[in-house]
Amino acid sequence: MPKDSGIGASSKRREDIRFLTGDGNYTDDINIHGQAYVHFLRSDVAHGTLNSVNTDAAAAMDGVVKIFTGTDFEAVGSIPCGWQVTDKHGEVMQEPRHPVLAHGKVRHVGEPIAAVVADTPEQARDAAEAIEVDISELPAVIDMKEAVRDGAPKVHDDLTGNLCYDWGFVEENKGAVDAAFEKAAHVTTLELVNNRLVANPMEPRVAVGDFARSTGDYTLYTTSQNPHVIRLLMGAFVLGIPEHKLRVVAPDVGGGFGTKIFHYQEEAFVTFAAKACNRPVKWTSSRSEAFMSDAHGRDHVTKIELALDADNNFTALRTDTYANMGAYLSTFAPSVPTWLHGTLMAGNYKTPLIYVNVKAVFTNTVPVDAYRGAGRPEATYQLERLVDKAAHELGVDPIKLRRQNFVTEFPYATPVAVEYDTGDYIATMDKLEEMADVAGFAARRQESEAKGRLRGFGVNCYIEACGIAPSNLVGQLGARAGLYESATVRVNATGGLVVMTGSHSHGQGHETSFAQVVAEMIGIDESMVEIVHGDTDRVPMGMGTYGSRSLAVGGSAMVRATEKIIAKARKIASHLLEASETDVELKDGAFTVAGTDKSVAWGDVTLAAYVPHNYPLEEIEPGLEETAFYDPANFTYPSGAYACEVELDPETGQVTVERFFAADDFGNIVNPMIVTGQVHGGLAQGIGQALMENCTYDADGQLLSASYMDYAMPRASDLPFYDVDHSCQTPCTHNPLGVKGCGEAGAIGSPPAVVNAVLDAMRSGGKDVSHIDMPVSPHRVWEAMNS
Amino acid sequence: MYNFDVERPKTVADAVNALATDEAQPMSGGQTLIPTLKARLAMPSVLVSLSGIDEMKGVRKGDDGRLCIGGGTTHATVAAEAAADFPGLAGLAARIGDPAVRNRGTIGGSVANNDPSACYPAAVLATGATVVTNNREIAADDYFQGMFATALEEGEIVTEVKFPIPQASHYEKHIQPASRFPLVAVFVAKFADGVRVAVTGASENGVFRWTEAEAALGGAFNSDTVKGLTVDAADMISDLHGSGAYRAHLVGVMTRRAVDAING
Repeated sequence: MPKDSGIGASSKRREDIRFLTGDGNYTDDINIHGQAYVHFLRSDVAHGTLNSVNTDAAAAMDGVVKIFTGTDFEAVGSIPCGWQVTDKHGEVMQEPRHPVLAHGKVRHVGEPIAAVVADTPEQARDAAEAIEVDISELPAVIDMKEAVRDGAPKVHDDLTGNLCYDWGFVEENKGAVDAAFEKAAHVTTLELVNNRLVANPMEPRVAVGDFARSTGDYTLYTTSQNPHVIRLLMGAFVLGIPEHKLRVVAPDVGGGFGTKIFHYQEEAFVTFAAKACNRPVKWTSSRSEAFMSDAHGRDHVTKIELALDADNNFTALRTDTYANMGAYLSTFAPSVPTWLHGTLMAGNYKTPLIYVNVKAVFTNTVPVDAYRGAGRPEATYQLERLVDKAAHELGVDPIKLRRQNFVTEFPYATPVAVEYDTGDYIATMDKLEEMADVAGFAARRQESEAKGRLRGFGVNCYIEACGIAPSNLVGQLGARAGLYESATVRVNATGGLVVMTGSHSHGQGHETSFAQVVAEMIGIDESMVEIVHGDTDRVPMGMGTYGSRSLAVGGSAMVRATEKIIAKARKIASHLLEASETDVELKDGAFTVAGTDKSVAWGDVTLAAYVPHNYPLEEIEPGLEETAFYDPANFTYPSGAYACEVELDPETGQVTVERFFAADDFGNIVNPMIVTGQVHGGLAQGIGQALMENCTYDADGQLLSASYMDYAMPRASDLPFYDVDHSCQTPCTHNPLGVKGCGEAGAIGSPPAVVNAVLDAMRSGGKDVSHIDMPVSPHRVWEAMNS
Repeated sequence: MYNFDVERPKTVADAVNALATDEAQPMSGGQTLIPTLKARLAMPSVLVSLSGIDEMKGVRKGDDGRLCIGGGTTHATVAAEAAADFPGLAGLAARIGDPAVRNRGTIGGSVANNDPSACYPAAVLATGATVVTNNREIAADDYFQGMFATALEEGEIVTEVKFPIPQASHYEKHIQPASRFPLVAVFVAKFADGVRVAVTGASENGVFRWTEAEAALGGAFNSDTVKGLTVDAADMISDLHGSGAYRAHLVGVMTRRAVDAING
């Protein structure tokens, strides 16, 4: 019988009451007395020399407080990059300066050139229109392969070219991999594009800067997934403000999907301008600005090859990827196509030899960085499309070929540097086949054909890596940050708890699920536990939420801190019970002495901690508050098997997803309802990428898909009712909860299944197409059907 | 938005007077105009709201049997109130945009704006409807003059559209995946004396009649009749969401499906 509270219960999301009743407190809800508003004048050309910015007329307009241009930020630091990749020659990547406001050149449509601070948003916008900008347009570089050709226009004149780095992984294995290809019985090759996406969280970015002249304290309110990281990046590297003089608050945040991890110019601007103008300064992004200033995702162009022996065993894999960085290096951009992508290329398979090459390229486009999945969707898509293609070339069943090559023994050290601790890929595939009613597919296909539609079935597996760690390893790989998490558990005198976590919830439901864990550990009601996050003044330290790390890393820190609380409370209880500590146990919210009926309630122990009249003061301090930092020993490795069934209208090319099945292994599960919701959301974004979403530039660097009129966001009606299962559970071996990440799996695992299903449908219509690029739009399908 | 004044006349006559102001702009449901204003792509001095004019609202059956729809009537109202007399038109109205759009957007606004991807122009042209303004009546064949271009003069208001009711009709739409406007949509109207076919979304010249299909369907009203017919891909819009060739192909597909829907 399902539990109704604690770990394993589908407790209702307590935060939804305020979200659904309009009582949330988002950054745009924050208004400070006397605040002014900034409007950014953004470049409408992709590449050009910035000859002059004349603000004279604008400065004289009504309500204008101050106008800033690039020259005002010459003494200010560059927007920093948090990860330095070393290339295959042992050289560090090329790292350009990233100014707060453009200076000397503009490098992408949307780059801020000037900023007008005025009494009202309308006045700021009016004045921005009166700024005269003189730009000499330069040829833009948009296509990555063109960008790295000799003689291509340079995005950054002071760099040697547009190649950020040329990464080989594992470089020492390249010779052995190539040799294995020489000996292969069969080689399958696939060239594909992983389409550029715009994250489009429901809430656009907002930032409010405040400065207290009397104390010198700065406060930044911002739509961030990791306020402490912003405090460090902006404080230390851009504005030179020490942590103790800078508070960063990320209150309720309406979706992040990765694009709110990064430190952006607008945050630095409002903080800087608040002091310069002696007024709080607010910026609220419009949706149009979001399209051209939020970091984009994906954008890989890949060639991948698989070598098989005569028995269809995978013997080697090699890939060659161009990864778009955009015009500047966003916070974690260099890590995405390398350490979050190359390390996943083994997938679920025991391929013994793997070599990954990635060329990261600067172009005159918006910076590209992590988007839900970040590197793992790109790895999964190419690998699972390739395996499907190999199966068809060899005439074997795609599921059978996968099963034959599955990793089956754990722990498993891949040839791409990571060690999978647990997993059971056969179990998730078994579960998937049972859920998807593979046997009934032929009849469903007949029904579709009777309506003039083609029906296709596609599967894929995925493995992903969550909670990137440990810190000393990622430091060797180029991370300029640690990847631990912290939590402070404060027990109040009457027994209620406040957990201050460095994880940040922007839709994930931490306030509910984290409380379930602590309540279970102590044996008290969930309502006695409050979760606090998103404020550097309330939470001691935090690395934030991304990469499906919150429960595995942040939750583990919380468990460690709670364990310390329980240990101290036990000492107090044993004193109150006049019993030996080893005989005292905590159960259902009370300490009891084993083998007796002596017991003291949780609330009496906590009261004693704060009213220490009957208390071992000579042995332990009063009070009950503990902090723990948790640095994981390894990633967690969720995995699963997905299946998609599509109907295809051969006359229009329209594809509809009729059925979708997800069998995931997330290890232990705290709140099954929230996990299901996370998978649903991920699937929507994965299916969106596969069928609809596409961020497109023209050759001059104009963003063609710059609004919802041209960027196709999936809607509920575009998606099926999912069938989601997470009953296959191989607990993580190295974190105290045995949990793995679940936030990105849906987005990682679904695109290949969709495309594999579309190709299967096309084959059933007599059109054997070896590949079709995402998004598989009606137009593309029709063209492929008629090619 | 830039600043503007708002007039809210109660009669067509007052609206016409208000529109005589320099840089005045009429607004019906505002489903196109408000986003345009928000993007600062228009700078009217006065916005003359037509939504308070009761005489421009409603669906009624005229003495001559035509279905007369006031220019200020919302899509939602047409979807509900035209369903009995003219289900083809009601079906079109019911599938425009989303509920918010259908409860604000009006037939008059749609026909006056003549967006090349709007739905209503297809029905107006395919039925040979009459566009009634504050000072004249204009036949559909004369009214639509290309993308966003109509026979309307400055300050002229679409007060009503009079639809001859076909024996049978159907509107078949293939949507552009982002905007959900028609990528190509076809309205087929079958009358006692012939068939009219109008295509929206597809052409560089806005809504148009596919006369070859009309002639063929006038002979034998079944989808096989039009199977071999094509429109010139060179005249079709080519953009992110579909080439001219794809749109030309869809014109045929949508037409055949509309005919099949009518024939059941």
